[in-house]
Amino acid sequence: MKSDSFDFTAALQKALADPQIGGNFRGALDGLRGKRLALFNDAEELASLRATGKALKARVLSRLPELLTQLEANCEKNGIRVHWAETTEQANRIVLSILRECGADMVVKGKSMVSEEMGLNRFLEQNGVEPVETDLGEFIIQLAVEPPSHITAPALHKNKLQVAEIFHRCVPGAPYTENVEELNAIARTTLREKFRTAKAGLSGVNFAIAETGTLVLVENEGNGRMCTHVPPVHIALMGLEKVVEKLDDLPPLMRLLTGSATGQLLSTYVNAITSPRAEGELDGPREVHLVILDNGRSTMFADPELSGALRCLRCGACLNNCPVYVRVGGHAYGSVYPGPIGAVITPQLEGIDNKGDLAGASSLCGACEEVCPVKIPLAGHLRRIRAEGQAAPGEGCVRGAGAKRSLVERLAWTAWAYTETHPRLREYLLRAAALMGDKLPEVGPLKTWTAARTAPRVAPKSLRQRVREEGIRHE
Amino acid sequence: MNHPALSGPVRFFGTCLADAVFPDAGMAAMRILDHLGCSVVYPLEQGCCGQPAYNSGFPEQARTVAMQQVRAFRGEGPIVVPSGSCAGMLKFHYPRLFADHPQYFEVAAFSERVVEYFDFLVNVLDARFEDKGPPVRVTWHSSCHALRETGSTQAAKALLGKLCNVELVELSREFECCGFGGTFSVKRPEVSAAMARDKVEDIRATGAQVVLTADCGCLMNITGTARKLGYDITGMHLAEFIWGRINEK
Amino acid sequence: MSSTPAREAILTRLAAACRTPAPVPAPADIWDAPELDAPKRLELLAKRLQAVRTEVHVTPEKQWKAKLAELLAARKPATLAHGTGAWFAKDLPGICKKPGMPALTPYYEDVDQFKDALFGVEASITTARAGIAETGALLLTPDAGEPRLLSLVPPVHFVVLRARDIAASFAGAIRDLKLAEAMPANLVLISGPSKTADIELTLTFGVHGPKELIALILT
Repeated sequence: MKSDSFDFTAALQKALADPQIGGNFRGALDGLRGKRLALFNDAEELASLRATGKALKARVLSRLPELLTQLEANCEKNGIRVHWAETTEQANRIVLSILRECGADMVVKGKSMVSEEMGLNRFLEQNGVEPVETDLGEFIIQLAVEPPSHITAPALHKNKLQVAEIFHRCVPGAPYTENVEELNAIARTTLREKFRTAKAGLSGVNFAIAETGTLVLVENEGNGRMCTHVPPVHIALMGLEKVVEKLDDLPPLMRLLTGSATGQLLSTYVNAITSPRAEGELDGPREVHLVILDNGRSTMFADPELSGALRCLRCGACLNNCPVYVRVGGHAYGSVYPGPIGAVITPQLEGIDNKGDLAGASSLCGACEEVCPVKIPLAGHLRRIRAEGQAAPGEGCVRGAGAKRSLVERLAWTAWAYTETHPRLREYLLRAAALMGDKLPEVGPLKTWTAARTAPRVAPKSLRQRVREEGIRHE
Repeated sequence: MNHPALSGPVRFFGTCLADAVFPDAGMAAMRILDHLGCSVVYPLEQGCCGQPAYNSGFPEQARTVAMQQVRAFRGEGPIVVPSGSCAGMLKFHYPRLFADHPQYFEVAAFSERVVEYFDFLVNVLDARFEDKGPPVRVTWHSSCHALRETGSTQAAKALLGKLCNVELVELSREFECCGFGGTFSVKRPEVSAAMARDKVEDIRATGAQVVLTADCGCLMNITGTARKLGYDITGMHLAEFIWGRINEK
Repeated sequence: MSSTPAREAILTRLAAACRTPAPVPAPADIWDAPELDAPKRLELLAKRLQAVRTEVHVTPEKQWKAKLAELLAARKPATLAHGTGAWFAKDLPGICKKPGMPALTPYYEDVDQFKDALFGVEASITTARAGIAETGALLLTPDAGEPRLLSLVPPVHFVVLRARDIAASFAGAIRDLKLAEAMPANLVLISGPSKTADIELTLTFGVHGPKELIALILT
């Protein structure tokens, strides 16, 4: 994704001024949060689940190269062809060459955030292949030519009137209707024809089980199963962190994923693909390809602290619970992964120079960490990315470290630290500020503060002064 | 009273915001401790916990300021903090900030002693108060770090619940951040202001005369926003409110 | 394909970064759902399937054919697709011979020949290999006798499950069926009709897969 001229402040202002995001978006996410809470209503069980989830994924990361090799070997044994891509460019090329080989000029796609990361649709269009998004939400935004605004509910920013207009305008023969059932029916009819005729299907992967060489896909609509069962060729895309060790690890991870994402005990479908069409089978793809993408993940992995974010299940709970995300929506982040997890991984994938500002979009309230099913310390990671942005030359570890370094800010914090270590100086300054009363010059941070709030009045006597004067024991 | 916590001095970490802007809250908090039989000591060399720099990406400056606190509070016995956010910083983030530093053990020993104020009142002192005030309707804002770091929100609300003439009307989004977040409020002012506005509207919808909280940062943000919007909302730190209720004539 | 240098580069970088001397140990007790006795399993499975809009009919095995006939008569699909390997395949002609019953459409040829017919079929019937009480799911392992698309393409899907095949939990089903040792080419958990909430989070059914899921549980 291009990020050269990304102006985060402008994007945030635009989003905040958008009444639809302010109203519908937050209300809709309240619904998801409520469902999650209703499902995880037993605090003890949730604690046990999250501890299990964190431990399982941490164990995977501690053996990552070994498990990926095991996954590859078992997939190949089962007849799944495994491809490796260091960059999104390589991954795109791999997908295109498979499509060319099977003569597909159209490919039906199940939901895949990795494909968004790759910018696959644009790449395929440029190379004469028509990508057809089949997840209803993805279908809507593909017609609207927009990126997803949420990891699991990509068209959350559209209301039914907009969907009605988009379908009527973009789907040949579609009548104008605001009825959600009828809108679904339009998508069903249109896409069934695509499923029936496509020569290749594409999907993401939620979990790839090393022990059995199985790709697990989680979905509610059935479009994922259509994409992976109907066309003769199936291509699955996964980030290299999606591998899990054993089949036995699946039940708790599944519960955490669907419970955290939508408050479901289980999604409608869990589709576990272990091989292409077996001997004697009448359907299922004849070829299954798995593309394992790095795209900066191995660099994240090399950082002992930030590698924690590779535990992410992409459930979206941190988005739904983030007071910033719920107000500005996904597009404001200008990146494939928005919200707290996006603000942690995007600066690492695209560089702090490009996307370091995202880490500032958090009050560090901790609501994201509280709901993360694998206990990623998101606030800590955001703090770390902020520090990386300020790192001295040669000191940071993340790509583009030091790009946010500001001499003025550094001087200000150094002066602050000096004042804070000289309590008497601090008290003099406070007294001076108190004497100024509301005549304190409104410049710098105070000016920003007073745009939406009245200026704090420095008390005539500080607590320190009153302690001395009013007989509190001090030392 | 023969509680072990009361045998030695209880050191009070006032917080920089109480020092500069809300000294009444700090004084009330110490007077309550005194009222409950504690020997309160206020170390004069104390200042900010360092969280603003820590959260802004300046760990070095944060460490300098943190060491000032660690030294100001030398000794033994509890360090009581009337802010979930500062208490969380002192208790949980100091050890992280010094993880690979020679001062780690000194810092960790300091952190070990830190207790959030209402946690201390309820779970150490088992405080009970006689409410002498007139009937009043209040609402309550839970600070994020009292909720998620020190886990002391329950204690504060339990104390509030024991004041017999006080009617508590809950916010519809009690657990949502007010948008302060320290430097967040000036680094991402557009989002912070939107959050603060929503919080103030939520408070207003309760019809309460007073909004209470246990964190001066939230308090400054909420009352400043309310005033800017021209709303007549009184904000108060819970300690100051309690001290008023037990001293009403 | 230029994937080999990429593979080496990725694995080399990952191996270099694996600084931890020993792998993080597996969690001592992996979360699992509680064990349940047979009647509880049946009760919970039915309850949880119904909660996600699945129609559930619990019938003694001896009467199941009459029950299926009754359900078909009520719904009146014109066609009913089935796999030739289902244990009840031989019973279906008998059930469907009366007037008003659907025409049977056995799935016995390659999908390339059968696809057009399948996309026009109104209902299908398959077995479920297991039930999972705790999550309210039916576990299917499509194979040569019962192809994958039977449970996906037709708008109405009947599933026949024997009550004795209900496991308490997903983990229990993995153990009972020894799946880790031999995963089928495809395994699906189904917990209701296809659904979506992608437009204004309004829940609607039957977006791509079946609009109706009817479970017959035989006791």
